[in-house]
Amino acid sequence: MTWIPPALAVNPWLTHTARIADIVSECDGIATYRLCLDTSDNASAYVFEPGQFNMLYVPGVGESAISMSGDAHEPDGWIHTVRVAGNVTRSLAQLECGQTLGVRGPFGTGWPIPQLVGKNVVVVAGGLGLAPLRPLVYHLVRHRSQFQNVSLIVGARTAAGLLYPTEYANWTQAGIDVQLTVDRATAGWNGNIGVVTALLDRLKLNQIERASVVTCGPEVMMKYVGMSAMQRGIPAEQIWVSMERNMQCAAGLCGHCQLGPAFICKDGPVLRYDRLQPYLFVESL
Amino acid sequence: MTDRAAQFFRKAELQALIDELRRRDYNVVGPSIDQEAIVYTELTSVEQLPRGWTDEQAPGSYRLVRRDDDAWFGYVVGPHSWKKYLFPPRTKLLTVQKTEQGWSFLPAVLENTKTAMLGVRACELAAIAVQDRVFLGGPYKDRDYESRRKSLFLIAVNCTQAASTCFCTSMNTGPRCKSGFDLALTEIESGFLCEIGSDAGWDVLSACELQTATAEDLNEAESQRQRAVEMIERQMRTDDLPQLLLDNLNHPNWKAVGERCLSCTNCTMVCPTCFCSSVSEVRDLTTDQIDRERTWDSCFNPEFSYLGGTPVRNDTSARYRQWLTHKLGSWHEQFGTSGCVGCGRCITWCPVGIDLTAEVAAMREAPAP
Repeated sequence: MTWIPPALAVNPWLTHTARIADIVSECDGIATYRLCLDTSDNASAYVFEPGQFNMLYVPGVGESAISMSGDAHEPDGWIHTVRVAGNVTRSLAQLECGQTLGVRGPFGTGWPIPQLVGKNVVVVAGGLGLAPLRPLVYHLVRHRSQFQNVSLIVGARTAAGLLYPTEYANWTQAGIDVQLTVDRATAGWNGNIGVVTALLDRLKLNQIERASVVTCGPEVMMKYVGMSAMQRGIPAEQIWVSMERNMQCAAGLCGHCQLGPAFICKDGPVLRYDRLQPYLFVESL
Repeated sequence: MTDRAAQFFRKAELQALIDELRRRDYNVVGPSIDQEAIVYTELTSVEQLPRGWTDEQAPGSYRLVRRDDDAWFGYVVGPHSWKKYLFPPRTKLLTVQKTEQGWSFLPAVLENTKTAMLGVRACELAAIAVQDRVFLGGPYKDRDYESRRKSLFLIAVNCTQAASTCFCTSMNTGPRCKSGFDLALTEIESGFLCEIGSDAGWDVLSACELQTATAEDLNEAESQRQRAVEMIERQMRTDDLPQLLLDNLNHPNWKAVGERCLSCTNCTMVCPTCFCSSVSEVRDLTTDQIDRERTWDSCFNPEFSYLGGTPVRNDTSARYRQWLTHKLGSWHEQFGTSGCVGCGRCITWCPVGIDLTAEVAAMREAPAP
C-alpha cells in the first residue's frame, strides 16, 4: 500500500502554491518544469515514489494529472515533463519562470521496486511514457547491483521524439542496456525501426522466469507489450503498466477514472497486468 | 439503547419533535409535495407532510394519487434522495486568490450544517451506509461529507406499502428499518410507534408526550410493516452478480439497451448512492478570485470519460454498461457492498422505463457465447 500524506488523506483538495524555477524544452510541444513550493525549500516536501503523479492546477483553467519525472533521491523541486495536449497543458505551456500554479500530491501507486529487486528488469517506454519511468531508471542506476540484467527499450515516432536523449549514455555506462527504436526513420537515423515489441521479442533474456516488465506509453502499445512479454513466458503477475484515464479528484472519490474495478488514480496508475487483463481488451470500457 | 422499549406518541406530537430538533439548531428536512411529486425539503410544520397522498410508480411512470385515508407517510420514495444533504449537488472545494506573489489557495470553509432527516426509508438508510463507505471508508476522506454526516440526526419511517418498482427485499436492505437511525417510526392510525436507535434519539424524544405502546399498537404496526413486505413483487437474483456482469462485458444486450437508453442521466441523478462528480472553475471576470466547485456528474455524460479530447466511452451502450457493471458489479470489489439498494428510483424515473432487474435477467438467461 502506497503511503499517503496525512494532510491529503483528510483533504485531497489541499493545493499548494508552486513557482516555476526552470523550464527545459525537450522536443516539439514537450517541456520539463521544475516547480518549487513557496512554503518550503526543504527536500522532504518533495518526497514521492517513482511512478506517482501530481495534480497541476492552472487557476481558471483546471487541473491535469502529471507524473513525476525527476530523481526521487535528490529532489530539489517537483520535476514534471508535460506535453501540450488539452486546455490545462496549453495554458501551462504559456507560463514563464517565476510564475505560480497550484500543485497537490503526490497521488497514486509507484513502480513495484521491491518486487524488481533480484530480477531481470525490462523497462519499455513509448514516447512521453519515458517521463514516469525516468525516476525508476534513476533508481535502477543508483542501485544497479540490486538487480540482474536491466534493459530499457525506448520507442518514439521519430528520433526527435526520443525523450531525454542526453541521458542515454550515462544510463548505458551505469550498466543498463538501452535500446532505441523509431516508427519512422529521419535523416541521420541509423538505429532500429519498428515498434517496441519487435525489440522486446528478440531481447536476450536468461532465466525468463526471473524477468519483470514495467511499461508506460500509449495504451495500445502497453497492451501489446503485455502480450509479447507473456508470449515470451513472463507471467502476467510480473508485468506492470502505468495507465491513463480522466482524473479529477485523484483520490477515488469522483468516479471518472474507473477501468473495471480499478480507480486508476488511487489503485493505479501503476497496476499489475493480470489485474487489468480482463478489462484492457474490452472496447470502450 | 436499542433495548429501550418501543414508545408510542400521537400524531400531533410529531410537531413537538420537529420543534425540538429546530430548537437544537437542526435543519429539519422531510417529505413534502412539490411539482406533483413527493420531494425532500426543509420542514417547519407537519402541515407540509404529504398527508393523504400516495405515489403510484411503474417503469417510466410516477403519479401522485389521493389515498382513502389520512396517512402522513403513505407513499414510498420520490425523485429526491437524502444524498443531496450529505453530498450536495454543488460544493465549494477551494478558493483561489491572486496576490502580488502569485496564486494562493484556501481550502473551503466547512459549513456547520446540522441536518435532521425525517422520513428515511430502510433502503435509504442502506444508501447512506453505502455512501459512508464511498466517502469515508477509503484512504482519502471527503471532509465535506464527513462533517455533514457527523452532525446528522436520522428519523426513519418504516414503509407500510411498496411500489411496483421496489426490490429492497432482493438487495436485503428493507423494507424494515433495522439499524442506522436515531429514531424509527411506524405509522398506525392513531399515531406512531417509535423505536429508539441512539442516546441522541432518546434525548430528543423527551420533547414528546410518550405513551407505552400497547400490544394492540404493536400488532397494528407489525401488520402495517408486513403489508409492505407482501406488496413487493420485483426481484433480482444477486448471488452470481459481480461475476455474471464481468463474464458478459461483450454481451449483445448492452447494444440492445444502448439503443433504448437516452443517456439522459436521470437514473444517476435519482440514485441515492451514485457519487460521481466533476470540478469546475467558477470565475468572476471582474476579480482575481476563482472558486473550484464540485458538482454532480454522471457516467452517462459523454465528456465524463474524456481522455486526450475524446471520450473513452463514446456510445450509449458503453456508458450504460459502465453504470450497471459499476453499480452491481465492481462496487463490491471497491467498497465491499453492492451499489444498489433496491429503491427502484432508476426504473421509475427512466423516461423510457429501462429496468435494471430486467437487463440483468436478460443477460443471465442468454449468457454471451
